[in-house]
Amino acid sequence: MNWGLILSNSVYTAISANAIAYMLVATGLNVHFGYTGLLNFGQAGFAAIGAYSLSIPISRFNWPWPCAVLLVIVSAIGLALLLGFTTLRLRADYLAIVTIAVAEIIRLSLNSVRFTWLTGGNDGLQGFTSFMEKINPFPQQGIWLWKQKIDGYRLWLLVSGWVLLMVVATLVYLLMRSPWGRVLRSIREDEDAARSLGKNVFAYKLQSLMIGGAIGAIGGVWLVLDKQSSQPGDFATTFTFFSYTIIILGGVARVKGPVIGTMIFLFVIQLVDISLQQATKTTPSDPSPVLPTWLIDQNNYAQLRFMVAGFALAALVVFRPQGIFGDKREQAFDVH
Amino acid sequence: MSTDTSAVPFESVPGSQKPDAILVVDNVTRSFGGLTAVNVAHLEIPRHRITALIGPNGAGKTTLFNLLTGFDEPDTGKWKFNGLSLGGVAAHKVARRGMVRTFQLTKALSRMTILDNMRLGARDQRGESVWRGIIRPIWASQEQDITQKAEDLLERFNLAHMRDELAGSLSGGQRKLLEMARALMVEPEMVMLDEPMAGVNPALKQSLLQHIKVLRDEGRTVLFVEHDMDMVREISDWIIVMAQGEVIAEGTFEDVGSNSAVVDAYLGSHHDVDLGDHT
Repeated sequence: MNWGLILSNSVYTAISANAIAYMLVATGLNVHFGYTGLLNFGQAGFAAIGAYSLSIPISRFNWPWPCAVLLVIVSAIGLALLLGFTTLRLRADYLAIVTIAVAEIIRLSLNSVRFTWLTGGNDGLQGFTSFMEKINPFPQQGIWLWKQKIDGYRLWLLVSGWVLLMVVATLVYLLMRSPWGRVLRSIREDEDAARSLGKNVFAYKLQSLMIGGAIGAIGGVWLVLDKQSSQPGDFATTFTFFSYTIIILGGVARVKGPVIGTMIFLFVIQLVDISLQQATKTTPSDPSPVLPTWLIDQNNYAQLRFMVAGFALAALVVFRPQGIFGDKREQAFDVH
Repeated sequence: MSTDTSAVPFESVPGSQKPDAILVVDNVTRSFGGLTAVNVAHLEIPRHRITALIGPNGAGKTTLFNLLTGFDEPDTGKWKFNGLSLGGVAAHKVARRGMVRTFQLTKALSRMTILDNMRLGARDQRGESVWRGIIRPIWASQEQDITQKAEDLLERFNLAHMRDELAGSLSGGQRKLLEMARALMVEPEMVMLDEPMAGVNPALKQSLLQHIKVLRDEGRTVLFVEHDMDMVREISDWIIVMAQGEVIAEGTFEDVGSNSAVVDAYLGSHHDVDLGDHT
């Protein structure tokens, strides 16, 4: 067992550009669900819209990248308006139904053969990351994080991603401590009460949907920049449910929640995964693996990581239901 | 009628005219399926008075409240608040016009502090816009004024010592107090209280009664729905009785107490007939 590699790889997974993507997507969802109480089950749809608003114009139409970045924000807001105007006047559970449906429609359309000329279908799109490579100030050979190599491009994504994440988190923090954020929280608690005090609940919900959606779209961009390929399969509903897991893990309606939640979530999964991989590995020089083959072998350990992660999460919810940063007092009043 | 016009200010008939009425309702109807929940031909609410809206369960009192405050839409009818039509106006705009309601099932914002519950009520907050909210200096001074006002009101409603507690930790009676105090943050001309005494213990009741009287003395108009007749007798200047969606009587407590239509509505029209005699 190479513990140095196991640990350094798990730590890297928890802070990498891929992790930043999860943090951003979960931060957007936290604006919706944590602060406003909007049950958005289609956050993966916002991430997909963001990813493809970057990759399609650049790979297919050679747009300059700042225009594509602008399109990312514009299309996320467009999707928020579409969802908002159709569902926000209805009861909360309708939003859940419609968002999960819309996210799946987006994913299936991106996957469809009919649109392969535009989206690349199942194979997705590549070759849209050259702008990031061009402005990369780090040398190509990258650095070593103990026993984990990080190439120059990923190091650049990691550093710039953390700066971006800090900016986004600061904006969310500033917004949520303002009277604007107070109105959002009042809508989460009881929207009729907010209405009776003269607050335009619909307008606030729409703003929340737009802001959280735009953050989610930026998260989608970071995801595909890291993979250097945008593929529909990355935006399945599991992405949304992982995001919910992450914010509940870190603490709902806390700015730090999605960041710490992502780190723990990805660290645990990666640690279990790579440990099992090492423990079941056989080499010609050492034919007997650490774990006995009648218990587990190379072909079936992959399923186990989500089982172990699931147990860890269940234990957390039992022993610390408010999440890592949640306020214990708030748990006492389950409002809905 | 009596010569003492201050004691009996208006005519005691359903839909009677009041000089300078703050709220005038005409032909408002609302039905749920086959059931006509509200059918009010004409109703005027006197300004600067405490008016009680009473009636047996299912009389349509809360439905009328919901209609007047924009929380429900009527099938027909119109109503004017301060001379301006409120038909089809969204609930939040009704509140901004100066007519603020509370709810039968109290809506304390449980996972927010009591102070935040109060501050939410203040109107025209600069920091409630998304762009200006980001920049604290724009709204900090206004927030300070709002906090001061909220603290004064909490003091008045005996909640000041709990200002930083979450509202979910309040007792039922304290929630009623908080809801009333929060409504006052909007600076309403008219306060509509839906069963302010429901679930409130007797000790707290007296202080709630005083608070409602103070509202009138400050120059506000109060309309409240209530089942507690002791309370209705003690603080109401005027009483409106509803039954089966219609206004069946108006008057002072003595007037409506002796009104046969009211007695019939509450007790049934054959309540004084001994059915045993007929068998």
